[in-house]
Amino acid sequence: MVKVFIYPSNSLILSDLVDRFGHEPLAMMQEIGKKIRTAGLDSPPINITPEDPKLGLKYAAVEVPAGVRGRMSLLGPLLEEAEAGIIVREPDISFGCMGCARTNELINFLVRAKKVPLLEMDYPKTEDEAKAFVHKIREFLDGLSGAQSGKGDE
Amino acid sequence: MSDDDDIISKMIVLHSTFTLPSDLVIKIYESKADVTVKETCFGLIVEGRRSEVNRIASEIRNLDPNRIFIKERGVPPGSSNRCRASQGGGAKPGFHQHEIEFALLPYVTEALDEIEKGEMPEIKDVTPPHLTIEKFKDIIEKEVKESE
Repeated sequence: MVKVFIYPSNSLILSDLVDRFGHEPLAMMQEIGKKIRTAGLDSPPINITPEDPKLGLKYAAVEVPAGVRGRMSLLGPLLEEAEAGIIVREPDISFGCMGCARTNELINFLVRAKKVPLLEMDYPKTEDEAKAFVHKIREFLDGLSGAQSGKGDE
Repeated sequence: MSDDDDIISKMIVLHSTFTLPSDLVIKIYESKADVTVKETCFGLIVEGRRSEVNRIASEIRNLDPNRIFIKERGVPPGSSNRCRASQGGGAKPGFHQHEIEFALLPYVTEALDEIEKGEMPEIKDVTPPHLTIEKFKDIIEKEVKESE
């Protein structure tokens, strides 16, 4: 089982496909869940505490807006765990916790810089594109399983 | 990282013409799992210990594998921080993502059916839409040669 970072990080389709083909999706929801379920003074609705931008300093400089650093405190640990990545280029939807363009750019950069196996695609718009999208993801994930079993044989 | 006793929530999104959320709920009741289930317009939200929720999720997926989609959810079912009743209406965070992806689910189902049958259509390589470094180098070299 390979830990696969997905972007957009709250995507149902990507999360489901990674899980379905036998790998572990690394998604924002896991980190949000941990934050929400950890009891403390700063439980919801204030999910991001003043501590988080400080943790984000590991990934972005101090002059970078606190919003970027706060988001990076959630996504950074996922990036560190990532053994592979699936990135959808410029998704139309970047709402909610995905709504910061600069964080998204930084995440894309950090995934590429990590030099892990990476699949980059566009969001499908037609039926044929959607089918190719699924087949490509399946091929990529099968390749990861093959590479992992090959590594184990050595 | 993944402790089996962690409490997690999973969304089960149903895109089927012959399975209803109520069928899935009955299946969960039958399994006597120690989880909380909420029936929603898109399917179910299940909350409980990680090991239980994962077991339920895989059992549910087996009912209709290509038409049931599952992902983890950050907030618990019925959380007052997400519920529109207590937030003054409007779309929940994450709704827009689901709205746009929901339209693609029938195609994903078709592709999964093809995979199940062993049909593998030829996938054409998509050329990168942006300027690649290699192409940029070629342009520079070409321009330099022309200027000389």
